[in-house]
Amino acid sequence: MGRYVLRRLLQLIPVFLGTTFLIYALVWAIPQDPFAGKCGQRPCDPAYIAEMSQKLNLNDPLVVQYFKYLGNLLVGDFGTTFNGVSVGEQIATSWPITLKMGIIALIIEAVIGIIAGVLTGLRKQGFLDNLVLVSTLFLISLPVFVTGFVLRLYLGPQGFDFMDTSVSSDPTFGELILPGFVLGSLSMAYVARLTRSSIVENRRADYVRTAIAKGQPQSRVVGIHLLRNSLIPVITFLGTDLGSLMGGAIVTEGVFNINGIGGLIFRGIQEKEGIMVTGIVTLLVLVYLLMSLIVDLLYAVLDPRIRYE
Amino acid sequence: MEFRTRDGVAKVLNGVSYHVSAGETLAVLGESGSGKSVTAQTIMGILDTPPGFVTNGTIKFRGEDLLTQSAEERRQVRGEGIAMIFQDALSALNPVFTIGFQIEEQLKVRRGMSKADARKRAIELLDQVKIPNAKGRVSDYPHQFSGGMRQRAMIAMSLALDPELLIADEPTTALDVTVQAQIMDLLAEIQKERDMGMILITHDLGVVADVADRISVMYAGRIVEHADVYELFRAPGHPYTESLLESLPRVDLRGQELKTIKGLPPSLTNIPPGCPFNPRCPRVFDRCVSEVPAAHNLGMGRTSRCHIAEEVVARG
Repeated sequence: MGRYVLRRLLQLIPVFLGTTFLIYALVWAIPQDPFAGKCGQRPCDPAYIAEMSQKLNLNDPLVVQYFKYLGNLLVGDFGTTFNGVSVGEQIATSWPITLKMGIIALIIEAVIGIIAGVLTGLRKQGFLDNLVLVSTLFLISLPVFVTGFVLRLYLGPQGFDFMDTSVSSDPTFGELILPGFVLGSLSMAYVARLTRSSIVENRRADYVRTAIAKGQPQSRVVGIHLLRNSLIPVITFLGTDLGSLMGGAIVTEGVFNINGIGGLIFRGIQEKEGIMVTGIVTLLVLVYLLMSLIVDLLYAVLDPRIRYE
Repeated sequence: MEFRTRDGVAKVLNGVSYHVSAGETLAVLGESGSGKSVTAQTIMGILDTPPGFVTNGTIKFRGEDLLTQSAEERRQVRGEGIAMIFQDALSALNPVFTIGFQIEEQLKVRRGMSKADARKRAIELLDQVKIPNAKGRVSDYPHQFSGGMRQRAMIAMSLALDPELLIADEPTTALDVTVQAQIMDLLAEIQKERDMGMILITHDLGVVADVADRISVMYAGRIVEHADVYELFRAPGHPYTESLLESLPRVDLRGQELKTIKGLPPSLTNIPPGCPFNPRCPRVFDRCVSEVPAAHNLGMGRTSRCHIAEEVVARG
């Protein structure tokens, strides 16, 4: 196990280098003047161009630029934007908000998705089963921004006035529940369906029959024997999903005006702030890599038949 | 007992009746699909409903009819009164829990034992089924056991609550021959020690001859012959049993073609009229097609559902 973890950690290095280089190249190697439109209607002052080019190493070849950037990154320096705003500080304020929302989304999709999946998997073809199948299909086919706008409008003060749907600049846990629900809605539908099919598949397994034959109470047959086996694929899915949720937050944050990294990355792209985009995407890549490592290790814990040697 | 399927109602069991006393082994013999396992699952009450429905009949255990009991009462009987072991221990044991956990679970949940006591008892049980180094192996997972050891662990688990009756559903079918013999010996030994009744479901005549006291031969969901094991091997009372015995490979008849039973067992949704064995029977005559044979009493507790049972026995 220890050797496996070490090997996996070492594997992270080339993957990290490869992806960050690609992002860096994509952002900076675009055949366009990076200073176009940066100084209002007029072309930029040559002195400013010279200073910024020096600061951003724009005169070096791409590979050298990349390694200089990487070097700064490794000591925690994300660089500054063209207006001199520290990217690191920006990320530090918006990162926790998006992470909070991502975790809320993950909890919502796990709890609702698994419960719906288990209930429908155990009683196939009932009313509840059809209800869940139709509603998950509905959620899967709706784009997130539609779900977001509709819920925001109808639950908010302009609609049924069910709750306050606005989110402050430093949002509390409660304010993020609705955005978190919207963010996780698509995955929630997948979790429900994945759990359902997994339960259906395992429900007639021999070991479940054994547990019944042992005279174990129904709650233990389902809650211990059946669930433990059925949740293996679901937990794997949930683990990798945190990365996608944080990347997918751009739309949800836009709909709810949340000051998270989604908004940051969106503005970065719009204003061609390459350094902002690379910084955030690098961070997202790291989250992704870390989560997939955790999932792989968790998999061995959940299923003892899998051993990494 | 019937299965309601899309192809119609399958009358899986029909007039099946047998009894087992403490310390006695009854073998239920039959081909695949003859209803042996379904009988066992009906007794245990672990059939899936739907498609399985018990339409009438009685299952008496300690003088009480299990079929009239509530679901909760039946659950209490499982494991405690009647325990069951299955054919393929690898799939019958839960792959994600240790052997110890699966045995201890019975003791903790059903008997309210403490964790430490349950662990101690689990090791004792594994010792009883002769698993070497039981103490070290109790925290292993099923896939870390060999086939024979897994079946031993399964037996240990079934014994956890000291059942009075053990149903062994083809316990050795998935194992190789030397291990088969060891498992059968173990079952016979444990049964003797505990004076426990045993229903042994099998299609293997060799296994039956070794351990069974009495045999019920099943065909198409009915018991066609019932006899003491020696009597049955000496002189079968039903043409089906006769054909089964003839299809056993024999060393003294080497070089001759192996006898088989022609044709296939009938589909249970479409059992032929009259005697269900008539399309394959070497002694078939017109009455077999028109009339379901009644149980003929052949003395000494023997019965056979064949019109000419007396004649068949006499010839054997």
